[in-house]
Amino acid sequence: MSGGTDDTLSFLILNTLLVNNFVLAQFLGICPFIGVSNKIETASRMGVAVIFVMLVSSALAYGINIVLVAADAEYLRLIAYIAVIASTVQLVEMFIKKTSPALFKALGIYLPLITTNCAVLGVAKLQTSEGYSFIQCIVFALGSGLGFTLALVIMAGIRQKLDLADVPGLAKGTAIILMIAGVLSMAFMGFAGLGS
Amino acid sequence: MSSEPLSVDILTSPHVKRPMSTNAIMRNVAVALAPVALFSIFAFGLSALLLLSVATISCVLTEWAVCRLSGKPNTVGDYSAAVTGLLLGLTLPPSFPLWMVAVGGAISIGLGKALFGGLGYNTFNPALVGRAFLQAAFPVAVTTWTPPFVQGRFLACIPSTLAFPFLKPTPVAEYIAAANIDAFTGATPLNLEGVTRLADPLDLFMGMTSGSTGETCAVLILLCGGYLLVRNMLDWRIPAGVLGSVFALSGVLHLINADTYPGPLFMVFSGGLMLGAIFMATDMVTSPTTALGVWIFSILIGVITVVIRLKGSLPEGVMYAILLANAVTPLIETWTQPRVFGTTKKASSTS
Repeated sequence: MSGGTDDTLSFLILNTLLVNNFVLAQFLGICPFIGVSNKIETASRMGVAVIFVMLVSSALAYGINIVLVAADAEYLRLIAYIAVIASTVQLVEMFIKKTSPALFKALGIYLPLITTNCAVLGVAKLQTSEGYSFIQCIVFALGSGLGFTLALVIMAGIRQKLDLADVPGLAKGTAIILMIAGVLSMAFMGFAGLGS
Repeated sequence: MSSEPLSVDILTSPHVKRPMSTNAIMRNVAVALAPVALFSIFAFGLSALLLLSVATISCVLTEWAVCRLSGKPNTVGDYSAAVTGLLLGLTLPPSFPLWMVAVGGAISIGLGKALFGGLGYNTFNPALVGRAFLQAAFPVAVTTWTPPFVQGRFLACIPSTLAFPFLKPTPVAEYIAAANIDAFTGATPLNLEGVTRLADPLDLFMGMTSGSTGETCAVLILLCGGYLLVRNMLDWRIPAGVLGSVFALSGVLHLINADTYPGPLFMVFSGGLMLGAIFMATDMVTSPTTALGVWIFSILIGVITVVIRLKGSLPEGVMYAILLANAVTPLIETWTQPRVFGTTKKASSTS
């Protein structure tokens, strides 16, 4: 992938953090967005875990892509990326289990599910299709992870407040979360065209 | 200590004070909005009158229907739905088709308020939720501007006002051409700025420009805000923070590069900033309760507004800035909680 794009790093950060926020504009990673956004603390730690996984898998995916292109085996890209992400998640899981059992419990099934978080795979796939250089890949992954965390933490804040609200029966649970996500998504539309 | 006079007021009973009710606050907001609405009807004629009426009626009807469906007591009487409708109407351009206004009103109350559990629980300003929905759904209609003070505006509507639902609205180009006003250029001043620089801050201040129905006359909005301030129904920090940060940030940018960035006076008096800063950002439900939080909230609105206006592709960012600040309000409140007296900071933030 030598062609590359000339997107500057600050543009990449801004773009993935706000304009094309993975959750609110590209609708990737909705599952953990709904699953672990019930508390601010859990949400921010989940965000850190996802940022880490994104960074590592992005760097590894960059290397793997070079190998695959050299071996003329691009068709293996998807499965290779998934293998990389799964092993990174295993690493994070072991680390969290050892250092913070409480957080491990709070994240529950959503921690191993980072493996199937389409936002993580999305980072690897998008950086390949955009042809980013290594530095651009890392910044792209960082911005995406930060954007994911931002959306998750904002949602967690709203949900904590909403715990006290008298939400009508038909909107309780996931329904209201999806509708809040919709409003948030509309609000993030305001950033359209930023930095370009 | 003994030389100091005792600073304690001693009062005799009865210590009865009339509490401020939602009803009273909302009625006062409605009163404060009335001059703005009247000016907009004066400036844009019959279309503005219909627009504001339809927006208000749509919101009130939705509120009534929602209360009925969910079996809750009817809350139409507290005026909050009427104020939401009025605010929604004031943020829309005068030529906006009425059926879209009705849809917007229903979205405002339905999605913006009722689904969150009614007044007091809504995370976002309901009127702005409706406005953002309309901006996303009807991007052309919501950015079509017509000139103010057109001859015969009280006798006939702007052609697109009465568009049939789901049909393409009648183009307003002919109407604008017929109006034939010297200074009119077919866009809100914010669209033009940087290219032609037609708008004079004084015109913006007095409301002699095109724009959304209720956002044109800055001086009137300021006066109405002053009324609310006197009645103690408005947190002065919010308009101060929003307008101050917009003024400061755009002033600095203007000093750096006067060719690309418009002056701070223009930024403060143009577009929906005044209306947003005084009537929407100050919504008691969706703004933070702590003093520090309010400053963070309002400065955030100002900064996002300037960033979207000057760097984004949209001409106006006040609406989005307020919605985004509303979204982070719970976080701001969590982080700016004052220390409980007698405890150490961060003793038990989480259970």
